[in-house]
Amino acid sequence: MDDTPIIQLRGLNKTFGTGEKQVVALDQIDLDIYAGEIFGVIGLSGAGKSTLVRCMNLLERPTAGEVILDGKNLMQMSNTELRMARRSIGMIFQGFNLLMQRTALDNICFPLELMGVQKKKARVRAMELLETVGLGDRAKAYPAQLSGGQKQRVAIARALATKPKVLLCDEATSALDPTTTLAILELLKQLNSDLGVTVVVITHEMKVIEQICGRVAILAHSNIVELGAVEDIFRHPKSEAAHKLIFPGGFLESDTGCAGKCLRLIFDGNVRRPVVSEMVLMCGAPVNISYADTKTIDGQEYGHMLIQLPSEETMARKMLGFLDSAGVTYVEEEAKEA
Amino acid sequence: MIDLIGRGLLETLLMVVGSTLAAYIIGIPLGLLLVVTDRDGIHPMLLVNRVVGVIVNIFRSIPFIILLVWVMPVTRSIVGTTVGCKAATVPLIIAAAPFIARMVESSAKEVDRGVIEASISMGASVMQIVRKVLMPEAKPSLIVGAAIAITTILGYSAMAGMTGGGGLGALAINYGYYRGNGQIMFVMVIILVIVVQLFQEIGMRLANKTDKRIR
Repeated sequence: MDDTPIIQLRGLNKTFGTGEKQVVALDQIDLDIYAGEIFGVIGLSGAGKSTLVRCMNLLERPTAGEVILDGKNLMQMSNTELRMARRSIGMIFQGFNLLMQRTALDNICFPLELMGVQKKKARVRAMELLETVGLGDRAKAYPAQLSGGQKQRVAIARALATKPKVLLCDEATSALDPTTTLAILELLKQLNSDLGVTVVVITHEMKVIEQICGRVAILAHSNIVELGAVEDIFRHPKSEAAHKLIFPGGFLESDTGCAGKCLRLIFDGNVRRPVVSEMVLMCGAPVNISYADTKTIDGQEYGHMLIQLPSEETMARKMLGFLDSAGVTYVEEEAKEA
Repeated sequence: MIDLIGRGLLETLLMVVGSTLAAYIIGIPLGLLLVVTDRDGIHPMLLVNRVVGVIVNIFRSIPFIILLVWVMPVTRSIVGTTVGCKAATVPLIIAAAPFIARMVESSAKEVDRGVIEASISMGASVMQIVRKVLMPEAKPSLIVGAAIAITTILGYSAMAGMTGGGGLGALAINYGYYRGNGQIMFVMVIILVIVVQLFQEIGMRLANKTDKRIR
């Protein structure tokens, strides 16, 4: 990761409509995305994340503010200059958006044709890219003959044909099944490290962010409410939006009858032993696990768990003491009204 | 008689195919202009869109038989006469071009908005989008439209027979109507039905064959 921002957004505003029907999609967004990183933007539906990414290549023209790509302000460019600049920003979409009447190979040739590259040269380059995305044998297939994952691979190859510096992914895996999503994310990760292309991922799925992003911005109500390294935000989500995204369905509801103290244990890779079991064995009292969502990545535990401590004060304190000594991050939670 | 019918058929085909081609030369740019300049088109130009739209609608709303008579002075100044096949092509083109413009417009509007956006994101110019995205992607739909257009123009060409245009229409009217020859009328109807079926069938097959979305 370089320390020069490849994309700089300054005071970005976007409103749709006029008068009373006016909707603010983005409100004073400032954001730096650095060369070579995989940056995530996450938010619930309607938060403005798609508008944000579409402003990055001026597919959507911001109402106010600056979009600076590699030091050049896109907002001040003429149409021709802007078209040139767009060649250095690839983009992939939820709906793939392939040309249905062209083969996979010709789809990848398309951006090269737009640039005026000779047909022969374009085909050679397109074939290389098809190999890169693992579809060397599907060159003559039409999009209708490809699966969703394959279509997105073709779209990625097409987006990379002009050797862009940035690849924008607008909900690129939202239409894919979990296995295919994982494979596409792996491909993006690999392309990022092999080609050094900066990747901006827009998604509503925390799993996508966890999987490949280094830094993440959480978008809510047209604003960036949190920004930072994925682990930090994952470990200490501050905003309500972050909570909702990171702990979906993980809220205690009042009718679960949380009699004693409720704790949310957060596992962020620094715990390598079965802490809850050890705590129960050591203290000799049971705890109720009301929610758990953990997974093992590279032998380390990630995720969170909601437990209910015994109502007896001394026992509860003993357990807290154990957790402190074990180095587990936890927060006390109030039962939420349903 | 057979001779007469054979000549009539040939005249009709020449007249219809010729004026369809000419009408497409005018209609395609008009139709594309309507799509491109639309409110949510690639290059919105509302005034142009409105003006072209109104002109197209004016010509679309005049019944062909009236247009035929109305444009006679124009026909005479271009062809030199208002009788015969050549003369009939003038009103045919004037009537068909706006119709074709609307057909082209609706075909081009079927092209997925997302694909157009993707092309914009790749730095395509308006002309490139028209030539490399709208036209090829809408091709199957355009072919279906052409089959409909050509059969409509065939119908118009028969009406032109009323005012002395040539072809099968003129035969049907002169022999079948003015002379009351029911047999000739019947034969004309059969031939016209077969010609329309043929155009329609060819159009559909061609469209299916070109379309890469199915299979």
